[in-house]
Amino acid sequence: MAAKSYKAQKGRSSLLVNLILIVICVIWLVPILGILITSFRPSTDIFQSGWWTVFPHKQYVQSGEIILPADVDVSGPITIDGVTHTFEEWRQGVTMPDGRYLEWFGNRRTRKLTVSAKEWVGFATGFNLKNYEDVLTGKTITYIDGNGQTITRKGNDLSRAFLNSLAVAIPATIIPILIAAFAAFGFAWLNFPGRNIIFSVVVALLVVPLQIALIPILQDYVKLGLNGTFLGIWLAHTGFGLPLATYLLFNYISTLPRELLESAYIDGASNFTIFVRMILPLSVPALASFAIFQFLWVWNDYLVALVFLGGGENQVVTYAVASLVGEKGQDWHLMTAAAFVSMVLPLAVFLGLQKYFVRGMLAGSVKG
Amino acid sequence: MTVEPMNVKPDQEGKTGFLSSVLGKILLGIVIVSGTAFILWWGYNFLSANNAPQIVQIPVAILWGVGGVALLYTVLNWLVEQLPRNAARVLQPLIFIGPAVLLMGWFLAVPVFRSLTASFRDSLGRESVGLENYIFAFTDKRMLETFRNNLLWLVFGTSFSVGLGLLIATLADRTKAEVLYKSIIFTPMAISFVGAGVIWKFVYTYKGTGYGINEIGLINAIITGLGGTPQPWLNIPPWNNFFLIVIMIWLQTGYAMVILSSAIKGVPSELLEAARIDGSSEWNAFWSVIVPYIKGTLITVTTTVVIFSLKTFDIVRVMTGGNNQTNVIANEFYLQSFTYNHAGRASAIAVVLLILVLPVIINNLREFNRGRKGF
Repeated sequence: MAAKSYKAQKGRSSLLVNLILIVICVIWLVPILGILITSFRPSTDIFQSGWWTVFPHKQYVQSGEIILPADVDVSGPITIDGVTHTFEEWRQGVTMPDGRYLEWFGNRRTRKLTVSAKEWVGFATGFNLKNYEDVLTGKTITYIDGNGQTITRKGNDLSRAFLNSLAVAIPATIIPILIAAFAAFGFAWLNFPGRNIIFSVVVALLVVPLQIALIPILQDYVKLGLNGTFLGIWLAHTGFGLPLATYLLFNYISTLPRELLESAYIDGASNFTIFVRMILPLSVPALASFAIFQFLWVWNDYLVALVFLGGGENQVVTYAVASLVGEKGQDWHLMTAAAFVSMVLPLAVFLGLQKYFVRGMLAGSVKG
Repeated sequence: MTVEPMNVKPDQEGKTGFLSSVLGKILLGIVIVSGTAFILWWGYNFLSANNAPQIVQIPVAILWGVGGVALLYTVLNWLVEQLPRNAARVLQPLIFIGPAVLLMGWFLAVPVFRSLTASFRDSLGRESVGLENYIFAFTDKRMLETFRNNLLWLVFGTSFSVGLGLLIATLADRTKAEVLYKSIIFTPMAISFVGAGVIWKFVYTYKGTGYGINEIGLINAIITGLGGTPQPWLNIPPWNNFFLIVIMIWLQTGYAMVILSSAIKGVPSELLEAARIDGSSEWNAFWSVIVPYIKGTLITVTTTVVIFSLKTFDIVRVMTGGNNQTNVIANEFYLQSFTYNHAGRASAIAVVLLILVLPVIINNLREFNRGRKGF
């Protein structure tokens, strides 16, 4: 009975729930849709009209012009086709009773008005991959900017930056997780003096802003020759990511059923064997979800890459995109394509690993 | 109850073979340790030489970095397991937690004290200047502006990100299209702050008013479509701060939602069913069953988002560079450290940032100690 009424209630409310979610999702998606569409538009179009004009819409299309005869007085109110307005109003544009839209062109002396009418404009054509080619290669590129001038310069070589980002993000995800998993197991299952105090320090470090470390670590890196190297940035991301990784994995590993591990100890397994054979496989859901976040944080990081890796050969995608925004602030065709290149992989990673968020994984493995 | 790690491997060696087995172990140890050292050293040299093409370099780098760490743990553990049982029992925890503790010490704990020292020194870190850098940090007009802005980020950014995240996670859990909704809300998480800067710059962009100008920014197009006047949104203080905070909410809600969603999925369905059978409404079940159950996760998520909001840097740097009264603490820190090269002031700002998160640290520790009865 009760379950039935709950189902009925669920049916009624689910329409509202879905509606709320759809509205939120549309708000969330529109900005991305904007740059996705823009990234495929020719550069000249991007500067002249909004991205939404690629969809069918009604817009004013100029159909002709009116030249006022020389005898019409333009100093006072002006009457055209029976409609009277001041010069300023004509200049702002006037919609005539028959639907035409008249707008004064230039100053009073031109005596010229443009005539336009609302017409349907279909889907835009002319989408291409040129913006992507331009940002991905290191070759010379040419395009037309917002002022109609042809610009020639070196491409942004984002494909190299993309590979660098991979070289930074993969180890900077796996290394801290591995180290943190060992530590979390140690804190959760092994007895040693000072365990509580050390773990309290880890908890305290969770919130320490990494700004506190940038100057001292940069000094160390300059001395050790680690500045600008992949090893340097792996270590930095590992050091900065470890407190959260250790804390989250500890929370998970310490809740694993004790009977399971006790029986393994009785069977004579060593700590290391238990860790590798049991703890790691059982922790896959926690490891996977943390891996997703660490990967995204590293891939999306700008500050650490800016300080420890910088520009040049080893520059990562965020650095490349940021310098595109900084150097040529209005090149929407390049910025939008570059932003998309930078988000393709993290998105694929999340969608691919989403199954690890399914509930009941641990419960299933203990039962089986 | 705590489980004692027991090494109950039976002692198989007889007394006659004892000496040769110890010698063998030592020899094997030397081979393994020097082999490991050689592999790591060779990889390091290969990578530093940087001669190979990028497509070779990168897989080697990944393999060396990840494999090296795994190898180090395995070898160190093997070494410890060769020791007498009592020594192994003392040393083994060190293998497990040692690397993490060392790295956290080098990268976070020790720098706290190094920055503290530097904050009382001059721009080059040589002579002591007393409290001068702190007087700057708390009285300079630019600094006061950053404090106000960070407060806005903290309050509005955090509450909206976590609140919306919880709302969406709870609602999506009841729908068939859950995966789709969650993927959409999470999508911004996959974009760098820098990329988000590009996206939202395009939303807020302003071309000015005049003949023949079409706004290409979304907001201004909507405003002109409704008959309003387009505005340079990012140049209007103090509202431009809120337009920047919207970007953070757009990015961080996905994070909060995914973490909270997996916590909500961990709520035993029997608990919820029981509440429903008892006749409590969905609203009541949410507050009396789900929220208490995921309280720990809520605290972790809120804490993380608070820190995000305090450390806000990329968005401001890319969107406005801190101009037009949008400066934040982390951007001023960056300017002082790497643009003005004033290590003293930069360190003082970093310490101020640390002091700001101190309540969170204390609260975290208190919560942790309270929840840790059986530790």
